Amino acid sequence: MQAPFEPLTILIAEDSAADRMLLSSIVRRQGHQVLTACNGAEAVEAFRQQAPQLVLMDAMMPVMDGFEAARQIKALAGETLVPIIFLTSLTESEALARCLEAGGDDFLAKPYNQVILGAKIKAMDRLRRLQATVLEQRDLIARHHEYLLNEQRVAKAVFDKVAHSGCLNAPNIRYLQSPYALFNGDLLLAAFTPAGDMHVLLGDFTGHGLPAAVGAMPLAEVFYGMTAKGYGLSETLREMNAKLKRILPVDMFCCATLLCLSFQRRSVEVWNGGMPDGYLHCVASGVRTPLPARHLPLGVLSPQTFDDRTDVLTMAVGDRVFLLSDGVIDTCDANEQLFGVERLQQVFAANHQPATLFEEIEQALRDFRGEARDDVSMVEVSLLEAAKLTPPALVYSDSGQSCPLDWSVSFEFRAATLKRFNPLPYMLQLLLEVHGLRAQSGALYSVLAELYSNALEHGVLGLDSSLKRDASGFARYYQERNVRLDALHDGYVRVHMQVVPKGEGGCLAIEVTDSGQGFDVTRVMERPLDGVRLSGRGVSLIRQLSRSASWSDDGRTARVEFYWEALA
Amino acid sequence: MADTHLDHNVLSALQEVMEDEYPALLDTFIVDSEERLRLLRKSDDAAQLMNAAHSFKGSSSNMGAIRLAELCHELEQRAKQRSLSGIEQLVGEIDGEFALVRPLYEAERLRSLALHATARRF
Repeated sequence: MQAPFEPLTILIAEDSAADRMLLSSIVRRQGHQVLTACNGAEAVEAFRQQAPQLVLMDAMMPVMDGFEAARQIKALAGETLVPIIFLTSLTESEALARCLEAGGDDFLAKPYNQVILGAKIKAMDRLRRLQATVLEQRDLIARHHEYLLNEQRVAKAVFDKVAHSGCLNAPNIRYLQSPYALFNGDLLLAAFTPAGDMHVLLGDFTGHGLPAAVGAMPLAEVFYGMTAKGYGLSETLREMNAKLKRILPVDMFCCATLLCLSFQRRSVEVWNGGMPDGYLHCVASGVRTPLPARHLPLGVLSPQTFDDRTDVLTMAVGDRVFLLSDGVIDTCDANEQLFGVERLQQVFAANHQPATLFEEIEQALRDFRGEARDDVSMVEVSLLEAAKLTPPALVYSDSGQSCPLDWSVSFEFRAATLKRFNPLPYMLQLLLEVHGLRAQSGALYSVLAELYSNALEHGVLGLDSSLKRDASGFARYYQERNVRLDALHDGYVRVHMQVVPKGEGGCLAIEVTDSGQGFDVTRVMERPLDGVRLSGRGVSLIRQLSRSASWSDDGRTARVEFYWEALA
Repeated sequence: MADTHLDHNVLSALQEVMEDEYPALLDTFIVDSEERLRLLRKSDDAAQLMNAAHSFKGSSSNMGAIRLAELCHELEQRAKQRSLSGIEQLVGEIDGEFALVRPLYEAERLRSLALHATARRF
């Protein structure tokens, strides 16, 4: 593109009066403005005051020579390109090199040739404009970059408010994430359920930057919202998958591992969709059981084909679940070799101090790659004694004036519903309308959940709890549960809840009846109250947490009562 | 005779570039050259001599004083190599060459002034 002619202001520094006069005429005839100087010092001063765009500079001048003047003018010009053409009859290459070293951009030999001078001025002007454009664009890019960083800061601040509403600071969670992991698509969430279980999600969105971060917000909202209401992993997973499928473009999805750690049942429920293997580390045996991906990532399958089946594994106090993002095993060295699972397992094997595992993995990655990566996320969750964790108290916003105090309700959930619907959150919400019960919401939810799962699993599905005697039976039990639930045609679970006022306080009675075979109540009740055995723990738990618990109708009906006193 | 001292092609090119200011350019060259010759004569060290000769060479070549530029170049080289014996003779030659071309430039100046005056009269 030919730039339209724009006259330049050109400084001519030349001590010979005749040469100066001649050169001024030539340059003026070419349409430019001329400033003149008789020596280097005058040239620097003229540049300082009138900022010419181009300089024609004699090399040999009294007071200050052209080399020094060129150096000073280049220093004053800074980033702006002010081309300097040396006027010289110098022919020795050494002298010409001195001109270049002093910052000269070209030469013009005496005697002057006006055609060549015109061409050189034009060429230098092009260079000058090019440099100006480059600087302009560089500044523009810098401004855009600053703007983008600021947007990311704001987005991160907003997101941190959402993400940190959870319990990542609980004493049993250790994690490592880049502060800007969100913009690498990595997502780590943790929250307590009303029953005191802990849900943990480690996710990895496809892509980088803002696109990878946008999906995180709705995912976090579903996770926290549904966990707080008492929904299990399956319902939460279904909802997250459906939501991401709806809002994300086809080529975007979220690999994720979800955990439900139950401190009371001493088990962990796992769903892994597309993430690297997690590991369940049994401290007693030293064995690390892989938790492999069994599903496609969230946001890929339609709600109809999505598979929410989970695996359940037993844990002992002190056992740990370790999850990691693909940044760990996909780290490449200089030869494009992957860090890989084997090297990770070597780090595991060499680890003696659980507290230093993250540092050891990071060190191994640094040693392997030669530098640290910023898209490595790791989390380790350990199983503590239930009593050592205190889930935060739920916050309610209503005044209590409209609290229901004298009512009863009955539900019957039949086969088709039992297969796919979890009524617990709904029932819990209903009960928590009663202000007096809120203080014991954790116990209430735990008991309700146990009664319901006993009725469903042992009653309707006829599963034998003695299967859960050991860890392998435990896993088999939950596989069998899924199979029988899929095949279920008949059966029901009935729930009857009754709230009656008693003085300033009140009483809640819950009765759960199932369509199953019942059990030998006397034999089960003879067992000591003991929270550690894997099988039959539900009954112990119920008896410990509720004021009174009794079974009738050959074990087909369970009844528990909760009381509350006057509220302060 | 004139061709070995003065390049007339250069002079006509200068006249075209300078237009009205051509006589003033010739005048400036004459005055400037006298100053430079004075400097040459009194220079007593090689560096000073080299610089003065270099500058004089440049303007002489611009003005088409071929022989003068050649002599200045020779002086510049000798000063550079510090072979200063017989240098006074070379300065004398430069003096002589300028004395020879000076009237030519003055005549050229008068010619162009007259031409200019004639052109203006019509």
